[in-house]
Amino acid sequence: MSGWSSHLVLVPILLPLLAGATMLLFDERSRTLKAGINLAATLALMAAAAGLLYIADSAGFDSPLNVYLLGNWAAPFGIVLVLEKLSALMLMLTSILALASLVFSLARWHRAGVYYHALFQFLLMGLNGAFLTGDLFNLFVFFEVMLAASYGLVLHGSGVIRVKAGMHYIAINLVASFLFLIGVSLIYGVTGTLNMADLAARVPQIAAEDRMLLETGAAVLGVAFLVKAGMWPLSFWLPTTYTAAAPPVAAVFAIMSKVGVYVVLRLSLLLFSGGAEGPAQFGGDWLLYGGMATIAFGMIGVLAAQETARIAGFTILVSSGTLLAAIGTNRVDVTVGALFYLVSSTLAISAFFLLIELVERGREFGADMLAVTREAFGEYDDTEAEDDADVGMPLPATMAILGICFLSCAVLLAGLPPLSGFIAKFALLAGLFQSAGPDGAGTVAGATWAFVALLILSGLAALIAMTRAGIRSLWDSDEDHVPRIGVIEMAPVAGLLLLCAALTVQAGPVMAYMQATARSLHEPGSYVQDVLATPRSLPGALEHRP
Amino acid sequence: MELIVALGIGVLAGSGVWLLLRPRTFQVIIGLSLVSYAVNLFIFGMGRLRTGMPPVLEPGTAGDPAHYADPVPQALILTAIVIGFATTALFLVVLLAARGLTGTDHVDGREREQS
Repeated sequence: MSGWSSHLVLVPILLPLLAGATMLLFDERSRTLKAGINLAATLALMAAAAGLLYIADSAGFDSPLNVYLLGNWAAPFGIVLVLEKLSALMLMLTSILALASLVFSLARWHRAGVYYHALFQFLLMGLNGAFLTGDLFNLFVFFEVMLAASYGLVLHGSGVIRVKAGMHYIAINLVASFLFLIGVSLIYGVTGTLNMADLAARVPQIAAEDRMLLETGAAVLGVAFLVKAGMWPLSFWLPTTYTAAAPPVAAVFAIMSKVGVYVVLRLSLLLFSGGAEGPAQFGGDWLLYGGMATIAFGMIGVLAAQETARIAGFTILVSSGTLLAAIGTNRVDVTVGALFYLVSSTLAISAFFLLIELVERGREFGADMLAVTREAFGEYDDTEAEDDADVGMPLPATMAILGICFLSCAVLLAGLPPLSGFIAKFALLAGLFQSAGPDGAGTVAGATWAFVALLILSGLAALIAMTRAGIRSLWDSDEDHVPRIGVIEMAPVAGLLLLCAALTVQAGPVMAYMQATARSLHEPGSYVQDVLATPRSLPGALEHRP
Repeated sequence: MELIVALGIGVLAGSGVWLLLRPRTFQVIIGLSLVSYAVNLFIFGMGRLRTGMPPVLEPGTAGDPAHYADPVPQALILTAIVIGFATTALFLVVLLAARGLTGTDHVDGREREQS
């Protein structure tokens, strides 16, 4: 890594910050300008993420990681940004969701409230920062940036339902942030460092009497992330909030629960897998059983949900639960499947959130009522009730395309062939059975059987719920009131689903990338070494740069 | 000193949690503030309590860590205070919006039915 490409790591954080700050300078009348800036920034972000993904992918397994020393301080003292395979993957996923959601919102949703574009960019900044940082407290700061923007976005469009759901969401996340702080400070109190790599190097050397304090800190920290990820007893806020949020916002929020999963995956493997003495893989059982409870809860929720948007909210829980349980098993093969599942399910859920709005729009009395799901029947009239004339070119054969998209979503969420949901689940199941074999025992543990059963049952539940919702909203709807949907509203949904199809076709290369990612995650030694050994760039080198 | 600090953190956190679980939005926000004070004190305590120790090295001297307080937790608290202040202010706005839209200050947006 040399020259300008080493600074590319900064782009996913700085670009949204600058774009968001610039947009704050204009008032709401120049909305077209803001939309243009937002779109340009998101496209540039996508290009940067693609570049970073290419860099991370082309680096060999043994070549050093791309570590960026902010302020040119060496690793344990300064804050570092670390680009490795998992963070590059998450950055790419974020930018894809962002682009899809933004294009969708340009049709009409971005006019439903103020500062949508600026908040959107700040949310991206927080997300990207959380994926890139290699420092615990810096992670807290990026979490707060992300959450502060998300508080604004949840309320986008206003209305009683959003304000009520938003209030609960904010209160719960504020408390979770305090837990985060308590956990971080406990860990700092024991180890004296906040750098993740340094922490991983020091954890095995902790004295036995301090170990309990450290584990308490890690557990408190874990609870804070599990609130974000939506593990079962901590997840009651999630479906309500996601259902109440405006559809394009909910589509981006699909990645926010994955941030919690990402941090749990990163920290649990970094801190507690290489420990020579002491309980290796601390908390793994909690993750496994908690994840399974989350799948069960999400499954029941999917079956019980009355509104289609609520089904989507509960599928997020199922997806989070699956990932957490897979992380809890702590096996490389399972992690490979989990990573594939993460990408596939996030894309599918995001597309589903967008699609629901389009489908539901047809179910209300034509387009002039503007489908704000059930709120349209409420007693108040929202600002988003805009004239329908400016959606743009209406899409031909609307119902057929909607039906195909809905079917694809159902197939993806249920994990049926031929789309990528099936490959993801298959990889998970194969990993679960495979790694039970050579590891000596030869038998599959009871918990693994339960996990396998829940995985398959959750697919069945998703299928039943989606079939019911599809019949209700697509076949049962009035023929006269075909929703009027613009091309730019349909394109993001179709794009996300096509990406899932591409994931299926290109499953081989993608799976190879996931395998390399999982392998490096489960061997944190090289991560620690690379971060701590990164040399400062010398002052002379800066001056000689043309 | 340790006892006083520990009691202070405990009382703040305890009353904060109790208020957080109350049904009125104003109680919740005061509870959040109290919990945030407790958390800030807790972070401070994690840098070890020492009296009369400056956190900044004197110029020209090679610092002996035994004579200085740990500056990192103090820096963390500063960040945590700023962020906590901003988010609490934001929450206050949402609270007022909820009061205006629902006409009640109950956290669920409606009073519990009297039975």
